[in-house]
Amino acid sequence: MSVGAPRVLASSGQKPITEILHPLSAAEDQLSGTVSVGGDKSTQEAGLTNGTPVETSSPASTSSLFNRLQLDDDLEADVRDPYAETTETRDLFVTVDDPKKHVSTMETYITYRVSTKTSRVEFDLPDYCLRRRYQDFDWLRIKLEDSQPTHLIPPLPEKFVMKGVVDRFSEEFVETRMKALDKFLKRVSDHPVLSFNPHLNTFLTAKDLNKRQGLALLTKVGESVKHAAGGYKLRARPAEFCAMGEYLDTFNQKLGTIDRIAQRILKEQSEYLTELREYGTVYSSWVGSEEELRRPLEGVSGSVTSCCGALEDLGEGMSQDFLPVLREYVLYVESMKNVLRKRDQSQAEYEGRLEAAIIRKQEDRTPMPVEVEKCQDKVECFNADLKADWERWQSNKRQDFKQLLTGMADKNVNHYEKCQAAWESLITLLQDKQTEDKTSESN
Amino acid sequence: MAEDGRDESLATDDEPDHTAADGNNSLNNSLNNTMVEEGSTLLHTMEICVAEAERRNGKNTMNMQETFTVYLVETRPMDAVAEGRNPAPDSLWRRYSEFELLRNYLLVTHPYIVVPPLPEKRAEFVWHKLSADNMDPDFVERRRVGLENFLLRVASHPVLSNDKILHHFLTEEHGWKEVVYETGFQAKADSRLRALSATFRVRNPDKRFMEMKHYSDELQSHTSQLLRARARVADRLYGVYKVHGNYGRVFSEWSAIEREMGDGLQSAGHHMDAYAASIDDILEEEEHYADQLKEYLFYAEALRAVCRKHELTQFELEMASQDLISKKQQQEELATGIVRTFSFKGMTNKLFGQEAPEQREARLKLLEELIAEGEETVKEKTVECEEHVERAWVDMQRFKEQKDKDLREALINYAVMQISMCKKGIQMWSNAKECFLKM
Repeated sequence: MSVGAPRVLASSGQKPITEILHPLSAAEDQLSGTVSVGGDKSTQEAGLTNGTPVETSSPASTSSLFNRLQLDDDLEADVRDPYAETTETRDLFVTVDDPKKHVSTMETYITYRVSTKTSRVEFDLPDYCLRRRYQDFDWLRIKLEDSQPTHLIPPLPEKFVMKGVVDRFSEEFVETRMKALDKFLKRVSDHPVLSFNPHLNTFLTAKDLNKRQGLALLTKVGESVKHAAGGYKLRARPAEFCAMGEYLDTFNQKLGTIDRIAQRILKEQSEYLTELREYGTVYSSWVGSEEELRRPLEGVSGSVTSCCGALEDLGEGMSQDFLPVLREYVLYVESMKNVLRKRDQSQAEYEGRLEAAIIRKQEDRTPMPVEVEKCQDKVECFNADLKADWERWQSNKRQDFKQLLTGMADKNVNHYEKCQAAWESLITLLQDKQTEDKTSESN
Repeated sequence: MAEDGRDESLATDDEPDHTAADGNNSLNNSLNNTMVEEGSTLLHTMEICVAEAERRNGKNTMNMQETFTVYLVETRPMDAVAEGRNPAPDSLWRRYSEFELLRNYLLVTHPYIVVPPLPEKRAEFVWHKLSADNMDPDFVERRRVGLENFLLRVASHPVLSNDKILHHFLTEEHGWKEVVYETGFQAKADSRLRALSATFRVRNPDKRFMEMKHYSDELQSHTSQLLRARARVADRLYGVYKVHGNYGRVFSEWSAIEREMGDGLQSAGHHMDAYAASIDDILEEEEHYADQLKEYLFYAEALRAVCRKHELTQFELEMASQDLISKKQQQEELATGIVRTFSFKGMTNKLFGQEAPEQREARLKLLEELIAEGEETVKEKTVECEEHVERAWVDMQRFKEQKDKDLREALINYAVMQISMCKKGIQMWSNAKECFLKM
């Protein structure tokens, strides 16, 4: 999406978020009009045509939604998941859009509209629409991590931005963040397990999240897996998880390299743009001393200027669409690595307890304690969940990168097409003049 | 280049950039050129080209070993070609310094002609990767083209093409230099000091020439600005393309750890490599455009030289007139005895008394002779000046038309080059996209 000159964001005024009327009852701009989603319409669900506000959601997210529609057919059903049979029929759609600035006495912040459409029984209503801020997403993510420790939770965009360096309220920043939040929610709601998490339900439906910020960070001991503080050492990691770890390391490295290359290209292009602008002015300044050559000189100058514009657009596009997605995958890799570590911990704990129990058994013939069995279950559960999530992640990654890279190719093709058009129109112009001159000469 | 009057006699090289003007047909209509028969330039009778370049080793004028390049100049009679016979061309080898000698001769011998320039002696306006080495094969090749262009322009010029020394240059390999020196042209060359002095002290130069001189400054300034800016742009563009080559490498490395995505990534990487490599040819072609601009950068100097020559002839005429006037005044004073102007003779007469009548007679007689000479000189100078003005004006008009046509064509060709570059870019990125879609 192209971004114009920085605009001031629409502001909701002085109302705190909780006092904003529920949009279903308010006269807020609603989900209206039919939706044109890129791709094969025949596989679209009835629910989607009911008005997910496509004009505000990026084509990328709509088509990635579509991609996931196809994707779920490929996923192996998780036998533990009681809802596995329903992967072919989607029944939960979420969108994040419509950023607005809120100014209160204490602080200024941005909220986003979160729209939900669902036919699931866990939800009281089929439609929801409410506003959330970044903090709320953060809350959700922490809750998910704590309550689903064996699953990979998608990443959020960076939380902290240096106030002096980045303008938190600039249109570009907000747009980028919003797309990432949208992606986050879509990934969560697509997940066969995470999408049924009660916290997600709360996030999507409750007026007030009632987050107790401080307490949200504390987790119930029983639910979570202790981190390194547990002190158990892992004996032998199964090969497949080793392979995953290695893959992630290499992949992360490559992501970093691609990021650096993309940035370098942006820099080189920017310097090229500077010289190109200067170059264009040299042609137009020459016009002064040449009468007969006025047209071609001005024409060349004009075409060069058009190319400058096209180049600017390319740079902007890459900056806004390409780099953020790349960086988000770095975060994703981090999340995945964390989950692998937690799995290792879980396995280590099990092995430790098992060893202790065996020794005790040998000594005083006490039966295998229940805890050890529970640990074993936990590990097996973890492994299975992780494997399923891994496959899903790989699939999504493939789609995401296919989209990202074809997007990059498209932007470049588009840039060259614009330049070509600019030069072709010059040739036409000059050739017309030439035939004009010839006919007047022969007269 | 849709020019109907184009001579069929243009040489048979394939370089796209040579814009050797046919000059004659379209221009002669507007020129009152009594010097040359219509349509009869050397190029009508002879096919000329600079076919090859070779390295030689030899001794220079100071008897030291040096390596230099020689260029093969080939000529063939036009009628033979027209009749379909394909005789072997006559050929001889010339080095750059001999071309320089020829041009200097032409400059001195035809001071009212805007003499076509030679390609640059040393590589200038070099951008990053372009070699500044005179022995570099690309430089030599571009120079070969430039030398051919020079010969074609000279041979198609209504006045220059008839020059005997030019004919010798094209046909007599040995002894040509001696013939040139024997013409004594070097003695006729104007001293730079005199020329410079004339520029400052001339009183009534032809306005049109002063405008032309000013124009030549503008032309020089703009072409050199443009050449510098273009070189900087080329440099940056090179950088942009080459960095994309890094994508090739990283995609290749990444593909090694991927299952389904591997093939698509790998092939896309190859296309990125191809993209990065494509800039070399693109910029090589753009050098032709730069060469066209350079030709007119140097042409500006030739134009200015003609204007300066006018200043010089005008100045000499003014000096001669001034001298004649003062001599006539002296004569008058001597005859009438009235001293109007200050003179040493007058002073000494006053101080030491009048001279004897025989002395006066002698001096009057001398003055009469001097005045007669002076009048002859003034007549000569007037003719010289007027002739120069007339001929130079004609040639400057011819030059202007040629320049307008050539530069316009060069700009159009530049646009065509840009379109070609865009098409290549689209092709490459589309290929990459195909690969990405297969990921």
